[in-house]
Amino acid sequence: MDNQASVANAGNDQGTSLDQVMQQVAEHKGCGTSGEGGKASCGSSGGPEDMAPEIWEKVKNHPCYSEEAHHHFARMHVAVAPACNIQCNYCNRKYDCANESRPGVVSEKLTPEQAAKKVLAVASTIPQMTVLGIAGPGDPLANPEKTFKTFELVAQTAPDIKLCVSTNGLALPEHVERLSQFNIDHVTITINMVDPEIGQHIYPWIFYKNKRWKGIDAARILHEHQMRGLEMLTERGILCKVNSVMIPGINDQHLVEVNKAVKSRGAFLHNIMPLISAPEHGTVFGLNGQRGPTAQELKALQDSCEGEMNMMRHCRQCRADAVGLLGEDRSAEFTTEKIESMEVSYDLEGRKAYQEAVEQERQATVAAKQAEMADLEAEFSDVKVLIAVATKGHGRVNEHFGHAQEFQIYELSTEGSKFVGHRRVDLYCQGGFGEEDTLPTVIRAINDCVAVFVAKIGGCPKDSLKAAGIDPVDKYAHEFIEQSAVKYFKEYLAKVKSGEIVHAARGDADIRQGAYIAA
Amino acid sequence: MAFKIITSQCTACSACEPECPNNAIREKDGTFIIKPEKCTECLGYFDDPQCVAVCPVDDTCVIDNSYPRYVAA
Repeated sequence: MDNQASVANAGNDQGTSLDQVMQQVAEHKGCGTSGEGGKASCGSSGGPEDMAPEIWEKVKNHPCYSEEAHHHFARMHVAVAPACNIQCNYCNRKYDCANESRPGVVSEKLTPEQAAKKVLAVASTIPQMTVLGIAGPGDPLANPEKTFKTFELVAQTAPDIKLCVSTNGLALPEHVERLSQFNIDHVTITINMVDPEIGQHIYPWIFYKNKRWKGIDAARILHEHQMRGLEMLTERGILCKVNSVMIPGINDQHLVEVNKAVKSRGAFLHNIMPLISAPEHGTVFGLNGQRGPTAQELKALQDSCEGEMNMMRHCRQCRADAVGLLGEDRSAEFTTEKIESMEVSYDLEGRKAYQEAVEQERQATVAAKQAEMADLEAEFSDVKVLIAVATKGHGRVNEHFGHAQEFQIYELSTEGSKFVGHRRVDLYCQGGFGEEDTLPTVIRAINDCVAVFVAKIGGCPKDSLKAAGIDPVDKYAHEFIEQSAVKYFKEYLAKVKSGEIVHAARGDADIRQGAYIAA
Repeated sequence: MAFKIITSQCTACSACEPECPNNAIREKDGTFIIKPEKCTECLGYFDDPQCVAVCPVDDTCVIDNSYPRYVAA
């Protein structure tokens, strides 16, 4: 990519000095920030002013638990847990395609020793990697020995890395005590129902107490364990995120009930994700034609749960071996083969210095937005619009339109700007898209937006976007996203008032299927 | 008889290995195999053969007809 150098020149004095610090640290590590994408990892949109200090300490550099953090901090998953104890209709463990990736799919399994080495290699190369998660490809707690051995090894060598697990909850109650002994303060439970009648259409069976349980019995046992596990975690002060897969016609309305049930049991964050169900994945839902939600359906459900609790909207449904910021996947740089030949030295102080610089960068983006908000607050209007942003992370408009693998979506209103989601536009192994021209696909993905913010854009896509009613905006190149968004919204409101433009509702948009793959 | 694992079906997820009451299952060349002389079809231990019950791919752990029927001692 040729636009990286400009990132270092971007912005105000503070931005420049930050970039210098980061470049220095990165060079010291043997990697440059040039050539790296900056997109982050999964969380709450709240900042320090919205939560108790001890909670903010836990989430401020966890990309999955804080939307703000996800622009700046990275995560990694290690695939040490291949076995699973339940079957879900959206999962097919047998599916294998080199170019495809979904949650639950990985390129290679690791032993705990290999995983610990990989963590050190990644932490040394990507100093903003602050979180290690074990998320499968099966269920971490169906592989307790491998999971806890990995945590033990990592805690010894890299004590600053946060540890977390993502589980279906079946084996959670029996492992809560051990989780808390290992200092794991973030646990994600996938809860798709609180009514076994609904659960039986999502889970064909579970393996529990040496027996395969089916139908409503299976769903009831799973549900009871999920609720008990969640209660036990929150009693111990462990932060819980609940993931739910939105399956139209099966649990879409019901997820409002799930939201209430998990909130009342102390869950910190709720992440409602769209079903992934392409037929070629060979899942039950893929084969029986069960569709996923549209962007508008997903957002409407997330919005309706918002008043109840923190909603996560920045989840990228990543692989169980993902590495990097959410929205990027650098796992191909860290295959077992490559790690074997890497010289790794763990520099705790260097990582700390780098992360402090990243934290300053995060604060600068918030301060810039707040300054811009000052004269918007006097405005009253019920106009709400969505914009799409091409970014490589760091909270800036810093990606070319044509290079973007995803667009981040912000909702603008007189309340300010709010991150409400992201849309994938990268091409990969998926029926119906691979051979198609990219531009119409991109337009379909951001069709509900009035504008797209980019660092640069060619004349041809510019004209096509305009024809589709989407304003291509390159004047905020390398500026802070949210500050620019608020500026743009003020101009938009002024144009509506003067009659220069007519504000009208936009259409729906497509959600692309699948998790990120390595470039 | 004993159970066997159809190699082409096996995802090597390892779920069966710790469930086997006879320690008859181990990893070999990237897949899992059942040692037939150790397999008791879980008779005397559980109602269902554990490898069959936990396997995520249907028809992967199947009866191996080339072995005589296991008789509980």
